[in-house]
Amino acid sequence: MIDEPARRLDEGALRALVPRVLAGLVRRGEDFDAAEDALQEALLEALRVWPEHPPRDPRAWLATVATRRLVDARRSEAARHRREEATHAEPQPAGPAQGEEGDDTLFLLFCCCHPDLAPASQVALTLRAVGGLTTREIADAFYVPEETMAQRISRAKRALRGRRLDQPGDLAVVLRVLYLVYTAGHAGRVDLAREAIRLARQLTLATEEPEARGLLALMLLNHARLPARVDPKGRIVTLDRQDRGLWDTREIAEGVRVLQSALATQRPGRYQIEAAIAALHDDAASAEETDWRQILAWYDDLVALTDDPVRRDPAAVLGRAVAVGHVLGPAAGLLETDRLREVLGDRHRWHAVRGHLHELDGDLPAAATAYAEAARHATNVAERDHLVREAARARAAEPAPGHRCRQRERRQRERPDSNRRPPA
Amino acid sequence: MPKYLLLKHYRGGPEPHRPVPPMDQWAPEDVEAHVAFQHHVSELLEENGEYVDTQALTPARTWVRYGGPDAAPVTTDGPHPETSDLVAGWWMIDVDSQERAVELAAYVSSEPGPGGEPLYEWIDVREVMWERPRTTDAA
Repeated sequence: MIDEPARRLDEGALRALVPRVLAGLVRRGEDFDAAEDALQEALLEALRVWPEHPPRDPRAWLATVATRRLVDARRSEAARHRREEATHAEPQPAGPAQGEEGDDTLFLLFCCCHPDLAPASQVALTLRAVGGLTTREIADAFYVPEETMAQRISRAKRALRGRRLDQPGDLAVVLRVLYLVYTAGHAGRVDLAREAIRLARQLTLATEEPEARGLLALMLLNHARLPARVDPKGRIVTLDRQDRGLWDTREIAEGVRVLQSALATQRPGRYQIEAAIAALHDDAASAEETDWRQILAWYDDLVALTDDPVRRDPAAVLGRAVAVGHVLGPAAGLLETDRLREVLGDRHRWHAVRGHLHELDGDLPAAATAYAEAARHATNVAERDHLVREAARARAAEPAPGHRCRQRERRQRERPDSNRRPPA
Repeated sequence: MPKYLLLKHYRGGPEPHRPVPPMDQWAPEDVEAHVAFQHHVSELLEENGEYVDTQALTPARTWVRYGGPDAAPVTTDGPHPETSDLVAGWWMIDVDSQERAVELAAYVSSEPGPGGEPLYEWIDVREVMWERPRTTDAA
């Protein structure tokens, strides 16, 4: 782990150098696998040494130390000099830059998101080789032992060995990998959502492709709501009940700006459309002011991107069903969900959406049943607890629509632990 | 220090001490209190230095076995899926003694149920086998 003095380093700035240095090594003809290992060691060394001996040119320092590691590795006599050498690694002046920073990032993203690699490997390799995270940090973020993650990364690199890495890769895969990183959320010291945003921002510097900007906008517009999404007790707060004053207006403004520049190219795609939907939610001062008509129009576009959307993009059809419920009425929304029963009937979200639509319809017993079923299918503890609460809430409320919920007799309850003494 | 699993079950185990409906049929404040207690147990264990791990399992179960050469794996949800024993999750604890494990399991079982009354849930206490070789001779 990184010790205390290292924290004084600007780790963000350090990690931003990673793709540039690595791309330089690989372009020079070094093997991707070995170069990545060497740079990883140089990074750990930098975290140890820089607080006491800050380099004049951090990028050149990293390149120099990584190169020495490569040479060391070839000679297989690495360990002996490591300590004294790294302290004095002040390099010769850097040569001319090997290309723009954006190009380097794009080049490495294509390497790490090679279509032959499994998604979990693409994600791990991207976080390490482009994001500059340590294996330990990546392992922590995905709750697996460090050895497991180390093995996953080295297998991925072995799979890339001997492949030509000078061909342009598949940008769609890169975007999907970054979105996977974003949705993995944040745990411990590493906020993967923030890391994904950082990488997506670098990517937009490297490509004019509007979907890259669409993805960045989508992340920003969702991330902006993060502070309102969970209450202080860790309970999920749904969009319609969030305190919109907690939303990050700067992130929303940036997201909207990025989205507009993407939409201006007139080459729509799914990330731009999903970002547009997120922007409409962010734009509403209250849940009641949500422009569901426009949201439905965007969902129509989203669904139209795919042949046979029920099978190939059921999540979009399900999202559209919610919009239909708000625009055309809950019964129409429920009818839309019926088409998805075969594909999504065992997923918690399908049942949760139906619960929401039944509730909108005033049919609280049906809502309670659907929420309870959703809870049984949930794969996330916070979501499961939330859905059980929704079921209990719907069941406890007056069944007749349009009436105020009966104030339940509220028993004064002490804290759960106060009437039972915890075994100290 | 020995490690123990305190296993919670969706179903199975000895005759319940008192009948309790599924949680989605409880009053909302009872659900809140119950969930809060689960978090409180984890925090308590961490404060005590006895916490190792906690996980929850989804109720879906698939039994799988080798199907034989050139055959797909054989799967089933079990001979009696409605009545068979089904683990819901666990705490793994690292404690001084079996007595301490039992004491903590009883505390877990006192979790609030409907009406704020203790649930009296049966907790399955299992000792984890030690993997490292002993540094003393076996008896």
